[in-house]
Amino acid sequence: MKLAVLVNEGPYQHQAADSALQFVKAAVAKGHEIFRVFFYHDGVNNGTRFAIPPQDDRNITVEWSKLAEEHKLDLVVCIAAAQRRGILDENEAKRQGKSGDNIAPGFRISGLGQLIEAGIQAERLVVFGD
Amino acid sequence: MAEPWEEEEGPVKKFMYVNRKAPYGTIYALESLEVVLIAAAFDQDVSLVFMDDGVYQLKKGQDTKGIGMKNFSPTYRALEGYDIEKLYVEKESMESRGLTADDMIIPVEMLSKDELTSLMEEQDVVMSF
Repeated sequence: MKLAVLVNEGPYQHQAADSALQFVKAAVAKGHEIFRVFFYHDGVNNGTRFAIPPQDDRNITVEWSKLAEEHKLDLVVCIAAAQRRGILDENEAKRQGKSGDNIAPGFRISGLGQLIEAGIQAERLVVFGD
Repeated sequence: MAEPWEEEEGPVKKFMYVNRKAPYGTIYALESLEVVLIAAAFDQDVSLVFMDDGVYQLKKGQDTKGIGMKNFSPTYRALEGYDIEKLYVEKESMESRGLTADDMIIPVEMLSKDELTSLMEEQDVVMSF
């Protein structure tokens, strides 16, 4: 089945990010297609490579990046939500005159249209939130 | 320039946006409204549901001066201009908060929990915020 996933909460504070990650892993393992994972609200915080969880804890962002690389996943961070929360890619950092970017490998920043398109294209959109 | 997905005559799906949170206190309501406004450009069949504390999003006479946040409730009045006309509030949520349709800034249809359940079952995509 062609699936899309919406992640509405950031890592660590809410389990929703873990649940989404585990859901995507399980879906891929079962042979389902993940059309897109869209990160909204505090969910955009899944996409910063600057977070440093303790070494004996899971690193959710690193796991997303690894999963994206292994399975060519499309991980999209909402630009409006990302700007509010300081998540920038190289282009946005330049455009906004910021000194650096922090987007993690495998993630890209784009608009809310990508979420609606995912809802249209996928057979199911699964929402992970609080 | 039109986005690729706007050029195609794609399928029309039933999208429902479920608003469950109070307008202030968290950003869910404001950012949900941003999704709905973008969604309007995609020519899909859009419904909005307000339930639990989400019914407060449509409360008349909001004044946010004291909390230093923007009062975005007038934006709901603009939804009609985006052809978003299916607005539902959950009857039980309204009643338990002492609200009636007259307290809302826009006309809404009041549905019971059971009626909403059936409406939800008809949807292709349900996003809850």
